Amino acid sequence: MPQLQTTYPRPPSSFLSDDHDDFRRTVASFVEREIRPNADAWEQDGQCSRELYAKAGAAGFLGLRYDPELGGSGLDFMATCVLAEELAKGDSIGTAVALMAQSEFALAILADEASDELKAAWMAPAIAGELIGAIGVSEPDAGSDVAAITTRARRDGGDYVISGQKTFISNGTRADFITLAVRTGEAGPRGISLVVFPTDTPGFEVGRRLDKLGARASDTGELFFDECRIPATNLVGEEGHGLRYILSHFGGERLVIAAFAVGIMERLIELGLDYAGSREVFGGPILGLQTWRHRFAEMATRLEATRLLAHHAARLLSDHEPPGDMAVSMAKLHAADAVQFVAAEVLQLHGGFGQMEESPIPRYYRDVAGFSIGAGTSEIMRELIARALI
Amino acid sequence: MNVVVCVKQIPDPADPGQMDPETRTLKRDVKLILDESDSYGVEMGLQLVDAAGEGEVVLVSMVPNNEVSGLRTALAMGAGSAVLVSDEALAGSDALSTAKVLAAAIRRCEADLIITATESSDGYTGTVPVQIAELLDLPSATFAKSIEIDGDVAKVQRQTEDGYDEIECSLPCVVSVTAGVVEPRYPSFKGIMAAKNKPVDELDLAALGIDPATVGWAGARQEIVDIAEAPAGEAGEIIHDEGDAHERILAFLDDLKIL
Repeated sequence: MPQLQTTYPRPPSSFLSDDHDDFRRTVASFVEREIRPNADAWEQDGQCSRELYAKAGAAGFLGLRYDPELGGSGLDFMATCVLAEELAKGDSIGTAVALMAQSEFALAILADEASDELKAAWMAPAIAGELIGAIGVSEPDAGSDVAAITTRARRDGGDYVISGQKTFISNGTRADFITLAVRTGEAGPRGISLVVFPTDTPGFEVGRRLDKLGARASDTGELFFDECRIPATNLVGEEGHGLRYILSHFGGERLVIAAFAVGIMERLIELGLDYAGSREVFGGPILGLQTWRHRFAEMATRLEATRLLAHHAARLLSDHEPPGDMAVSMAKLHAADAVQFVAAEVLQLHGGFGQMEESPIPRYYRDVAGFSIGAGTSEIMRELIARALI
Repeated sequence: MNVVVCVKQIPDPADPGQMDPETRTLKRDVKLILDESDSYGVEMGLQLVDAAGEGEVVLVSMVPNNEVSGLRTALAMGAGSAVLVSDEALAGSDALSTAKVLAAAIRRCEADLIITATESSDGYTGTVPVQIAELLDLPSATFAKSIEIDGDVAKVQRQTEDGYDEIECSLPCVVSVTAGVVEPRYPSFKGIMAAKNKPVDELDLAALGIDPATVGWAGARQEIVDIAEAPAGEAGEIIHDEGDAHERILAFLDDLKIL
């Protein structure tokens, strides 16, 4: 009988150091203590606990790449990869999304473009986990086509007055602030700006908490803005440059999705090996059947290809190398395909048990469906890769 | 306030090594990690130093090789420095030898308080804390669920079967802390990087003035005479309800003396 394996034999990565390995243990221990025991409850509630942000902040998870002056750790995207890979193993992708939507999505543009005053007021407490942040771009009629957004910010003296609507906003129902894409100018790509929007602004309203297929512990909201007045000093960077800021920071978001996929595949393969080693069919364990041995080989190969692409992209993005954008598009495209393949295979392996909600398998199966959609669809990834090639 | 925390580096319980059939002890030639039961003492020490507003946590540990990876974890949590007694002659040390070596290392630190776990997760003798206290001629409090410093006195809540005792010890003293009474902080990436630059004072037995013949295999006064596989868990009893299930469950619990 083949030896039962419960730990995926992760090969050493030439992109990571011993410090990354130590940090991986920190995150794994955090997941074991703080996330997995609460995963079922948070998936039911439709959101993880607010306290989790404070705990993640204290552990330094929410500001890995940011300025130590603001409480960050001054690291690069390799650390982000390790964090996202491990957070994804807590059997609640929604929780992982909720934390990374704060640390990578809401804060990345502020780190590069916001004024020192905005950073001190919003980034520092968000890095500490005292405030929850979100990034607000998508609208009912503008998803991948970011340039089509219509939420309007009208300049009025020293203020902007904002009206419009956002949807599919992670952390949206309880964010304290939103890094918000608004139209300050003409129609099209040059009329877009970003502002820091405090959610206690009069006229702001959270609509429904959206009932999603997967990532259910991440609250996802639709947001309404009715003549909301905020100081013009909340402008991030320069007026009219918002689209450029958004597009140039999608890399981090896409990398996080690819790293989530790596972590999920490790977890699913571990669950699969465990089950296949103990489940007997026709007088022997499933793991003895060549049909499944080879399918595990295929899953592990797709996992390792994803890991290499993701780590390669992380290295290039960290070094501000132009090919980083193409590499991260490839990483996300491949990651979504690979993790959806592995989730389907591991569900198939578990047979009837794989369809039972008491196992984490169906949850992962649902969670990864969105991986080919969020942070840029696989169709958009192919288009970006094609543009870089042709 | 300087708090010495005794910590042990052990084989990862999630990936345990094997028993050596010759010595009948755990093989330790694998990567060692910080014993999780020591992380509570480290956290307790850090909180006391924070409350005092000055001083630091100093780790004291011993290994037969110069392994430091477990110490780095505790340094990454926030301990300021470490004293590591590292000597090949320490292999095979029993509990009393361990206490002698740790006590000799602690003498070199100006400790206001010495914290240990109640027992290690690999040896489980649970005798080292009081042996250290005896060797250092210090008062000892065991099974602490909380420690509060008030002037020259440590106020300790000592866990008992029925509740807890409130006791006071004059400082310096040795206190063993139970697991789960504080929530150990997570070593952040910044902490992990900072730990690399924190001082680890490596000493051999000669530096401590300890005769190698009195420790390790040579000096051990305890001998493990036999080891055996833990018995496999037995199948539980399935009670089919024929109207009397509740009575049979009560009788079962009564047999276990749970009721």
